[in-house]
Amino acid sequence: MNPVAQTGLVLSTGEGVLFWVLAPLAVIGALWLLFSRRTVHIAASIAGVMIALAIFYTALEAPFLGVAQVVVYTGAVMMLFLFVIMLVGVDSSESLVETLAGQRWIAVLGGIGLVVLVVGIVVGAKLPDGVGLAQANADTNPVGVARLIFGEFVFSFELTGALLITAALGALILTHRQRLSKRIGQRELADAKLAAFGQGGSSETITVTPSPGVYARHNSADSPALDAFGEPVQSSVPTVLRIRGQEAGVDQLDADRVATIAARGDMKEIDG
Amino acid sequence: MDTLNLSWLLIAIPLASAGVLLVLGRRVDRWGHWLGVLASAASAAGAIAMLVELLGRGAADRSVGVHLFRWIPAGDLNVDAGLLVDPLSLTFVLLITFVGTLIHIYAVAYMEHDTDRRRFFAYLNLFVAAMLVLVLADSYALLFLGWEGVGLASYLLIGFWNYRSDYAVAAKKAFVMNRVGDMGMLVAMMALFATFGSVNYETVFAAAEGTNQGVLTLVGLMLLVGACGKSAQFPLQAWLGDAMAGPTPVSALIHAATMVTAGVYLIVRSGPIFEGAPTAQLVVVIIGAITLLFGAIIGCAKDDLKKALAASTMSQIGYMILAAGLGPIGYAFAIFHLVTHGFFKAGMFLGAGSVMHGMGEEVDMRRFGGLRRYMKVTYATFAFGWLAILGVPPFSGFWSKDKIIEAAFVGEGWRPLVFGSVALLGAGITAFYMSRLFFMTFHGEKRWNDGHSSTPDTAIARTPVQHPHESPRLMTVPMIVLAVGSVALGGLLSIGGVFTSWLEPVTGVVGDHEPVLPVWLLMTLTLAVVVVGLVLAWRQYAASSVPVIALAGSVLTRAARKDLYQDEVNDGLLVQPGQYLTRSLVYGDRQVIDGAVGGLGRVMVRLGDVTRRLQTGYVRSYAATMTIGLVALVAVVLATRI
Amino acid sequence: MSLVNYLVLSGILFSIGAVTVLVRRNAIVAFMGVELMLNAANLTFVTFARMHGELQGQVIAFFVMVVAATEVVIGLAIIVSIFRTRGSASIDDVNLLKS
Repeated sequence: MNPVAQTGLVLSTGEGVLFWVLAPLAVIGALWLLFSRRTVHIAASIAGVMIALAIFYTALEAPFLGVAQVVVYTGAVMMLFLFVIMLVGVDSSESLVETLAGQRWIAVLGGIGLVVLVVGIVVGAKLPDGVGLAQANADTNPVGVARLIFGEFVFSFELTGALLITAALGALILTHRQRLSKRIGQRELADAKLAAFGQGGSSETITVTPSPGVYARHNSADSPALDAFGEPVQSSVPTVLRIRGQEAGVDQLDADRVATIAARGDMKEIDG
Repeated sequence: MDTLNLSWLLIAIPLASAGVLLVLGRRVDRWGHWLGVLASAASAAGAIAMLVELLGRGAADRSVGVHLFRWIPAGDLNVDAGLLVDPLSLTFVLLITFVGTLIHIYAVAYMEHDTDRRRFFAYLNLFVAAMLVLVLADSYALLFLGWEGVGLASYLLIGFWNYRSDYAVAAKKAFVMNRVGDMGMLVAMMALFATFGSVNYETVFAAAEGTNQGVLTLVGLMLLVGACGKSAQFPLQAWLGDAMAGPTPVSALIHAATMVTAGVYLIVRSGPIFEGAPTAQLVVVIIGAITLLFGAIIGCAKDDLKKALAASTMSQIGYMILAAGLGPIGYAFAIFHLVTHGFFKAGMFLGAGSVMHGMGEEVDMRRFGGLRRYMKVTYATFAFGWLAILGVPPFSGFWSKDKIIEAAFVGEGWRPLVFGSVALLGAGITAFYMSRLFFMTFHGEKRWNDGHSSTPDTAIARTPVQHPHESPRLMTVPMIVLAVGSVALGGLLSIGGVFTSWLEPVTGVVGDHEPVLPVWLLMTLTLAVVVVGLVLAWRQYAASSVPVIALAGSVLTRAARKDLYQDEVNDGLLVQPGQYLTRSLVYGDRQVIDGAVGGLGRVMVRLGDVTRRLQTGYVRSYAATMTIGLVALVAVVLATRI
Repeated sequence: MSLVNYLVLSGILFSIGAVTVLVRRNAIVAFMGVELMLNAANLTFVTFARMHGELQGQVIAFFVMVVAATEVVIGLAIIVSIFRTRGSASIDDVNLLKS
């Protein structure tokens, strides 16, 4: 099998070099999909694969598609992926332990089978001689493509437009959240707080939540505020830190200060 | 000619009125009943105009067909909707419209306090229209339309107060038993079509002569089944007693004067068929004789005023059927008795309605008694009807019933003796039970609570206080008119054989037939049995006191009270075997068919249960299946291609 | 060096994408696998366009790109809304079709 020898289309050595440099890179980047645990890394590597493909397109005498590939995939689609990864959780690294029985083996089998079959077919097929696009791209490639798109394929093109609009609407609807309750503004919040206070809630609910870090010796956000009796006020520490268990205990605060405040509180109690 | 061409108006007017009353609904509540009366009266006027027209012609020209439109053009079966105006149908038209109008007027007062009076009149008009279709039709198909129409109207009117479930059941019973008869009608029509290729009277009767007797017998018997259903003849008689659930005007119009006599009309109209089938004729006579006695015996034991009258109707129609079965000799008398009966029985039903009206809807005769002092008009009109049905000369019944008895004695061999004796015996029993009914209601001592009796019977005192009173003028006038008919109609129409010669174009000319016994002897015998029955009834129910609570009575009395076990017989012979069959079919259906189907279903469910485990719900499993499938598919294609 | 090399590369990339869909539980990653498969197909189209000297293949690739873009929009919107309601981006957690 040596199609190159007979073809009128002779691929340059430069293209060969380009291919043999980029193709392994693209495969490695694609394999990242299978083996990396960090979603962001995967997205970045796939973006790389897309760029590699864009270069291949250009080499294959399709500069218009090459540019479009960069714009659409690398610029729009992969960025959209990154946004969603950000929304869903950057650090939600996924364990690679398979949970479905036999799934991994089936996947490996299917993958190898696909590669063998596809490559086998492509290599074994009696392909025609390469013609090259010199003639088709006589008026530059974008013009040639445009002639087809706005000529032979104009109806499909219009349909694609409709599809895009529908997709945009669909995405809007899918991510739309119906407001089921009344919007809670500042006034409503204040009213609710006062009402809770009237019902016998603690005084804490009526005032502004105390800020953390007042008695801090270091990074303040994890140090709870203390109330008048020297007790830590839970709500002063950000929820995230509390859930992670990174909240500082009273013992980690300035002991003297705490004692002073506690003493004042005691005095107050005696006065009362 | 013009008058007759408009005969369709007779049907259209009441039909249109019924439509208006039903469609416009409550908006016409105020005057709807008068529209009904008017429609019926208009039909009656049209009928009289037609009578004048026909009387102006020679006897031979009195049968006129009026073609209306092509009704069923279906290949070989072509049915045209046409009317046949001849003396027979016109007699019926006159009876229906005239008596019908009187009863309409009566009902205006009778139904005054019913909120649904308008609907009642709509149904009554519907009935009149359907009945006119029945008698005016010129083919069996159109007759059947009317036949079903009156069945529908009858059903609607029996169940008029259908909020009472037993009334609704009575309506259903009448409807279902009529369906049995209709089956016979349908079979008869199919046989007619198969034999003659037509169901038109003219074609059929012209071809009937010389047709295979077996076919005619089949048709005749099937027509008889239809007649039995509609006319409450044995063995399809059970519905009539229960049909008294309807308002009394309905009982008078439909279940005494007109609809129930449709069977007689059918047999007389189908005369040419029956004449070709002596066996069928004999069966007709036997059925008539059985029903005659059957109804009379039941009538003797019933304490319900209306049901006793219903039994009497059944018995009297038995007379007519018997006469109709005798052949041309009896046709005219059957129709004659039908007409006179239509008058006096309707009159008595209206009288019964008047009594019920005055007695707070009470129907138990044992709680009447001595009412003659309180409702003089009702008493007098009822008395005339009573005398007429007894066959006392010169009242109407005498002229018609006596002739039937005479005709029953005509013939050879055993038949005249048997049927004549039955007819004669029936006359005696009729005299007894009608007198019993009459005396129990109007004579004897009061057996109702008048509110101030010094020593009231405990059984009486517990009942509500009654204030018997005469009915309003709107009710009494129709009764009076009908009473006049009961008195004079028979005599008038018998003068010089007016009626029989009027019907001759249809029934055929009949020569003189001598009964096996001399006529004077028959007449004397008849009068004698009537007097015996009357005297017996007088002694038992007028001269001596009647117990308020019925005594146990003899075996026959108890059987008669239960309608000679007609319901039990129907139940045992038809309903229970039918139910058993149904149950076994249901069982078979459940076990065998459902078992097979259900079993298949269960197997599939099990299978599904197993394959269900393949559906893990994991997208990745599905995707894996797809991938493996794709690989396998491509591999197979490659393996086979290369 | 021949055009077949491009086709082989395309086949390899396609298979990697397919295996990704089978193996990865994270919906976003699986989705990127789908995108990779689409791109591999595009590469084939473009290669064949050059082989035959016709531009139709490029036009089809262009349409695939557009459809892929809309698909990404909808797919990601679905992933986001599922994540909102179920608090997970794992496709194994969405197994309501399980009997």
